[in-house]
Amino acid sequence: MSAYVITIATLIVIYAIVVCGLNVIVGYAGQISLGHAAFFGIGAYTAALLATKGHFSFWGALPLVILISGLVGLLLGLPSLRVRDDFLAITTIGINFIVEAVFLYVPFFGGALGIGGIPRVMLAGIKLKGAAFLLLCLFFLAVVLAVCWWFTRSWAGLACFALREEEQAAASMGISPVRFKLTAFVLGTGMAGLGGALYAHYMRFISATDFSFPVSITLLAMLVIGGMGNLWAPLLGAVILGVLPELFRPIVDYRMLFYTGLLLLMIRFQPGGLLGEGSFLRRRLRLKPGRAAA
Amino acid sequence: MLLEARDLHVAYGDIRAVSGVSFRVDRGELVSIIGANGAGKTSILGALMGIVPLARGTIVYDGDDITGLPAFRRARAGIRLVPERARVFPRLSVTENLMTGVYRQRKKVPLAERIAWLYELFPILAQRRDQPAATLSGGEQQQLAIARALISDPQLLLVDEVSMGLMPKLVDRVFELLEDLNRNHGLTILLVEQNALASLEISQRAYVLETGTCVAEGDTRDLRRDPRIRQVYLGSGTD
Repeated sequence: MSAYVITIATLIVIYAIVVCGLNVIVGYAGQISLGHAAFFGIGAYTAALLATKGHFSFWGALPLVILISGLVGLLLGLPSLRVRDDFLAITTIGINFIVEAVFLYVPFFGGALGIGGIPRVMLAGIKLKGAAFLLLCLFFLAVVLAVCWWFTRSWAGLACFALREEEQAAASMGISPVRFKLTAFVLGTGMAGLGGALYAHYMRFISATDFSFPVSITLLAMLVIGGMGNLWAPLLGAVILGVLPELFRPIVDYRMLFYTGLLLLMIRFQPGGLLGEGSFLRRRLRLKPGRAAA
Repeated sequence: MLLEARDLHVAYGDIRAVSGVSFRVDRGELVSIIGANGAGKTSILGALMGIVPLARGTIVYDGDDITGLPAFRRARAGIRLVPERARVFPRLSVTENLMTGVYRQRKKVPLAERIAWLYELFPILAQRRDQPAATLSGGEQQQLAIARALISDPQLLLVDEVSMGLMPKLVDRVFELLEDLNRNHGLTILLVEQNALASLEISQRAYVLETGTCVAEGDTRDLRRDPRIRQVYLGSGTD
């Protein structure tokens, strides 16, 4: 594999991990989030700061990174208990802009210069780069997918699905909306944090714009194209939206036009996403309906 | 006494849906609240379940004041609601819908036994157990909503307009079922209905609601003899 392909593949896998987190929040628990890049960024900045200023190893920092991202997610998930639907969408956009501004204007976070000099990940005394780092990312993607799979089959997952469908009816069944919305936020933002840590150690230089609002939109677009609530949707969406820009390189000036057209076609013909209930891909593969599938 | 509601007031903005309604349900009773559309029946059940905010009033359940409790805590205390228009979880399968009903209760109830019993009561649900609830007809969804409420073996069942959208044959069956659950299984039921005739037939006591206030109450036998009730709710002035 050429370095070029490995680079693209690595970023796709990292994005897939982050989108898995978004899937837990939006797809499983039904809480719209347009600010997921903020948590991706919080993970990346925490990992970068711990590595450069705290001299933590990637492995030593990782539990802290996931914990901090999850805790911030818990804090910022609180608005979801009060507002819903379009108001929640606007609130999460706000969170994204605030987090980006903090990274950009607070000197501790490197300001406009960002944070550089982030070391590579070491494993058994070997610096992981290229294909080895891709394998590491794939390993974490597998872990995240396994957690998602377990979640969709757990009682907590069932509680989240019920809340997504009919909040009042779910509450009338003894399911606490507060508890499970926050569970979804913590789990989802924790996964975003993991993706952020991988991103920081891969790019080795990060700045606030890496986690701006358009990134949140891209993450959500990946999820929508794949099919919200489907286990494999994040991977499929990340592959499609990760590969397309590369394929469209010769017609780079018209890329946004293609994107827009693609999204419009999706909304018109496959509103549930490529892996959604009743999609052409599902019919082709003769997949059985799954409860998580939208 | 299992449930006592005192001076309930429910308002949506400036619109007063319920003003000063009081009632009680004893253990083992089947009580109806009847009244026309917009009389405030659904608001009362919502307030009892905790999904509609109460402007004023007190709800005492099983000796405890539950007025301030959120819905999920009331559910855990043994109250179950069969909501108006079923409100099943559309993308979850029939079985999964049933499972939400025993969330946190699965150690307290003999699950396999309950499911077998419910599938026997509603054979159509057994046939469709793996289908998403959205693919069920209105009547089937209503049956699923009843089964979902019954699976946890509740202490108090609140039933909201169960006859709405059901075909007449099924209405009879559902009322028979509620009567059977009450008489032979000792289930306490509070029934809210537009279909006054059917609900008065199976209940022991009833409250008659008009634009948010209670205008009559008593034994169903007496109410069914009351000429005014007959004229307005039972559709017959003479016998």
